[in-house]
Amino acid sequence: MAYLELDRVAKQFGTQTVVDNFSLSVGKGEFISFLGPSGCGKTTTLQMIAGFLDPTRGAIRLEDKDLTAIHPAKRGLGIVFQSYALFPHMTAAENVAFGLEMRNVPRAELAERVRAALAMVGLAGYEDRHPRRMSGGQQQRVALARALVIKPSVLLLDEPLSNLDAKLREEMQIELRQIQRTIGTTTILVTHDQNEAMSLSDRIVVMSQGRIEQIGTPQETYEKPASAFVAQFLGKTNDFAASIDRTATPARLTAGSWSAPAPAGLNGPVTISIRPERIGFGDAGLSAKIITRIFQGNHWLFQCESECGPAIVIRQNDGNAQPTEGEAVHLAWRLEDMSVRARAVA
Amino acid sequence: MSAVAEERSTRAPWALTAPALMLFVGVLLIPLAMTVMLSFHDWGQYKGIEPVFILKNWHEIATDPYYAEMFWRTFRIAILTTLLTAVLGAPEAYILNRMSGRWKSLFLLIILGPLLISVVARTLGWALLFGGNNGLVNKLLMSLGMIRSPIPFMFTETGMVIALAHVMMPFMVLSVWAALQRLDPQIENAAMSLGATPATIIRRIIMPQIMPGVLSGAIIVFSLSASAFATPAIIGGRRLKVAATLAYDEFLNTLNWPLGAAVATLLLVALVLIVVGSNGLVERRYAEVFR
Repeated sequence: MAYLELDRVAKQFGTQTVVDNFSLSVGKGEFISFLGPSGCGKTTTLQMIAGFLDPTRGAIRLEDKDLTAIHPAKRGLGIVFQSYALFPHMTAAENVAFGLEMRNVPRAELAERVRAALAMVGLAGYEDRHPRRMSGGQQQRVALARALVIKPSVLLLDEPLSNLDAKLREEMQIELRQIQRTIGTTTILVTHDQNEAMSLSDRIVVMSQGRIEQIGTPQETYEKPASAFVAQFLGKTNDFAASIDRTATPARLTAGSWSAPAPAGLNGPVTISIRPERIGFGDAGLSAKIITRIFQGNHWLFQCESECGPAIVIRQNDGNAQPTEGEAVHLAWRLEDMSVRARAVA
Repeated sequence: MSAVAEERSTRAPWALTAPALMLFVGVLLIPLAMTVMLSFHDWGQYKGIEPVFILKNWHEIATDPYYAEMFWRTFRIAILTTLLTAVLGAPEAYILNRMSGRWKSLFLLIILGPLLISVVARTLGWALLFGGNNGLVNKLLMSLGMIRSPIPFMFTETGMVIALAHVMMPFMVLSVWAALQRLDPQIENAAMSLGATPATIIRRIIMPQIMPGVLSGAIIVFSLSASAFATPAIIGGRRLKVAATLAYDEFLNTLNWPLGAAVATLLLVALVLIVVGSNGLVERRYAEVFR
């Protein structure tokens, strides 16, 4: 059953359409990520849910109630901003207490909930610190505690980790996921970081130019990208120009010297894409030459020049001997690791 | 070798700042010291200034209630002007800050525009509008029968406060504006999402953060108003003197320079104490916001 539902939501600024035909239903307790490059409309969508922007068209419903008719101050959503937007003149505890004060929570209960919220984000003992005396990661935690202490129906996170350094970001990702699992708050995360979206979310909404490209689990969007954009945006991928010849029996799919039985449906010029870690070096297949070989600890990265253009291959550092630079190789992959889509010919 | 280089490097800053330093000493410190010295000299109608060291002028200022009245009026006017600019200027800056691009720059220009016009011209404008029976506004209201006698503006403290507030407004608006620029652009949304009403957002989130701006604006406005000369001279004239016009009169009309010097010195010392004191207070109180 849909808990939060966005029904054909659109937003226009003047003549410019920033979000178009955005439909999504979010289940209770689900963790959803809006993923896309900057300017794809993901933050605009989040702001429409928060109520800072009104949708031009479409409806947003929370438990079947029209959310757009409710003033943002009454929506009861928890929001963590990219800049954290903490109140600099208040201590950490006062920041967290603010939302409860607005709800006229009795003082004893308020103190207890503030203490519990700060403890949950690992900031017990920091109650009397002012935000400017805290590190970026600590400020981030205060912002999270401030959003969660009001027991929001939905938690909205607007690129919350993008101001943190890589190591801290990874720690916060794990922590964020654990907190979300523990308290079970329905969460929407806006991010341009595909790793963040994949490691945190139950489902990812991949967006581009104001449109949804694909909605699916991290695995689905990675393994079965619905469009070239999704394939390119979520991790690295190899695109090879290929063609399907239906005159032969059985029909063949050919890319250079690599060939396989054609899948049903398509005909003529197609693009096949394969993830770099799904390509192996075999005795037969697409002919290629290794240009550079980069050692990256747990894996090797090969940049190859193949018959069908440049290709990257990632191989686990499993102790087996690996081809060297300049070596001629054949690239091979399993048919189920490949996705095929029609290619427009100029 | 290195000692020479070191000596040169310590001498270089002095050499480089010497011209400005000499100017500063020559046109500010020396005259100031001479003014302070002058305040201890004697003066008589027929003997003129006598370079002796006596406390006569200071004694006169301290005991004659005429001077106390003068100084109280000066600071009363300065305080009221400061309050008026704060009450009007802070909301003005906030509204200005919320305007969109083109309107913002237009209104900023309107607010800063008066700074391009001489204080004398601006004050005379008030005199033209409200000056006695011939003042434009007074004439209009009287001919409409809305008032019987001219609105008392000239030679009143109220008039002085209004005219001074008009002159000082840009300093307050700019100061609050600077504080508003430091605000997180999402901070109001953050407060709103937590359930705060617009009034609460202003009172609990915006006000405390722009308070340092209001207070530093207040220090500027206060010190400029307390030492203002042109506006009190035009609106108050001889009838309603403040410290600055009093010192001027002692110097140029009574020709009692030592007494004028004592008044000027007292005004300077009082202002320095008030400004330094309140500045320290503001910085301590708002240490968290300033950093």
